[in-house]
Amino acid sequence: MSDQIYQERIVALAKAKTGAGKLENPTRTARRDNPLCGDRVIVDVRLDGEGRIAEIGHQVRGCLLCQASASALSAVAVGRDAAGIAELRHDAERALGREPGETHEPFDAFAPVAAHKSRQECVLLPLEALKDALA
Amino acid sequence: MAGEGTGMSIGMSFDVAAVRGQFPILSEIIDGLPVHYLDNGASAQTPLAVIDAVRRYETTGRANVLRGVHRLAERATESYENARAQVASFLGVPTMEIVFTGGCTAAINLVAYSYGALLKPGDRILLSELEHHSNIVPWQLLRSRSGIELDMLPVTTDGRIDLSALPSLLTPKTKLVSLAHVSNVTGALLDVRTVVEAAKSVGAKVMLDGAQRAPHGPLDLPSLGIDFYAFAGHKAYGPNGIGALWGRPELMDAMPPFMGGGSMIGRVTLAETTWAPSPRRFEAGTPPIGPAIGLGAACAWMQALDWAAAHEHEMDLVQRLMDGLQKIDGTQLFGPAGLQNRYPVVSFMLDGVHPHDVAQTLDSFGVAVRAGHHCAQPLMERFDLDGTTRVSMAPYNDNSDIDVLLAGVAHAAKTLR
Ligand SMILES: Cc1ncc(COP(=O)(O)O)c(C=O)c1O
Repeated sequence: MSDQIYQERIVALAKAKTGAGKLENPTRTARRDNPLCGDRVIVDVRLDGEGRIAEIGHQVRGCLLCQASASALSAVAVGRDAAGIAELRHDAERALGREPGETHEPFDAFAPVAAHKSRQECVLLPLEALKDALA
Repeated sequence: MAGEGTGMSIGMSFDVAAVRGQFPILSEIIDGLPVHYLDNGASAQTPLAVIDAVRRYETTGRANVLRGVHRLAERATESYENARAQVASFLGVPTMEIVFTGGCTAAINLVAYSYGALLKPGDRILLSELEHHSNIVPWQLLRSRSGIELDMLPVTTDGRIDLSALPSLLTPKTKLVSLAHVSNVTGALLDVRTVVEAAKSVGAKVMLDGAQRAPHGPLDLPSLGIDFYAFAGHKAYGPNGIGALWGRPELMDAMPPFMGGGSMIGRVTLAETTWAPSPRRFEAGTPPIGPAIGLGAACAWMQALDWAAAHEHEMDLVQRLMDGLQKIDGTQLFGPAGLQNRYPVVSFMLDGVHPHDVAQTLDSFGVAVRAGHHCAQPLMERFDLDGTTRVSMAPYNDNSDIDVLLAGVAHAAKTLR
């Protein structure tokens, strides 16, 4: 075997399924599809009075990377507004080696995907969907 | 016997090492891993015979075709027309009935445009739910241009086109039935005779998308009774950017051109232009000459192979794969269960693991497969699948390719769920 993309932390994030499921009364919902691979993410959010995320739920029909990313995102999304989510996006981009700089928990777990360009959209799809939901 | 052009063979030996030796890429070591190439349905590898033919053209006979009087131009024209003869021989048809196209997609689009131009609003075309997007979208484009209607044959749970629906879906308005000769997802071989009989009874023409059948040996198109046949060079051990279309000459000569330009004309005045007969009519502009020569060489290479033995070898690999998958907990095949009337394309799912993660794991073992919807999204929707992992074989694959793949699937099953 060569370079391993599915390191323990990524598999653990996917298995944790943090935030998996639908919200009862979402303020906003957005869906993103990746037409190339068929991955699909639906994100529900409930917002507080100031546009910050009070609760998040996601439904992922996609690969382990997409599930892990949705799970990572849900673990740190609560309390953030659109600008705060944009900051997470930069963190993910840094982990994937697409932006310079240091990356932090939990998106630093995706560093092994830096070497696999064709799979990077899988990691970014939940972030895209959440951005749409907050737009 | 699994299909046309593959004779019965009992216990013939097939020298897979000798075949492998003709494909330089198979002895590469990439990032420390040997190449286990099982993504032939997407693009096959190419043998030295093809590489040499293209190189010979580029180094000793490169010029445009059909236009010059100088000797390089004559040499190029001769090689190009010889390639047409090689493709025609592979398909069992007269040389001048072969049109070179940019690929299988281009060939289907040509028919959709030019045969489509003969259709009237309300005419119908019959397809199936397992078609590759390239045998769906060109017809949808035609529908929005010209008001024809599309009908879809359903698919059985074992991944075959359900021909029992033919009588109810064929109408006197049906002008064309266009189906995959072999499915690029399930490997199922179409029962062409049944389709042709039913289509003829309502006066409809039949087109076959041969993209996944051509890589598995010569054909005898006249015996099939069909009207159009399309395939791609790069899946049949030839270069990219080239494919071929065969059409019945009386149909082809009734069809208007697909593209206009040089080479396809009879006479051009500013007021009017008359068309050259097929195949020139459908080869506007400078064709992909080197790729056409490569495709000719690929067809000759395939014709020289003992396909009775090669087919048996391919089916042995399918059996080995199916047996091995069955031993891994949570695998499920999508496609015909047996070896009858199929080609070596096998799709499977692994419970709880997305196909892309299976394929990515296999890549870390040096195994190339395809995962996803295989450009057949309607089929995936129909069976509510996220996609499949597809193993598509060629005569140069061997037991070790299958064994390493099985080890990779077992590893994915153990670590990813
Ligand atoms: C059944 C089938 N038809 C058509 C095509 C299109 O071939 P190309 O992309 O080479 O034009 C493919 C290729 O994937 C195929 O598998």
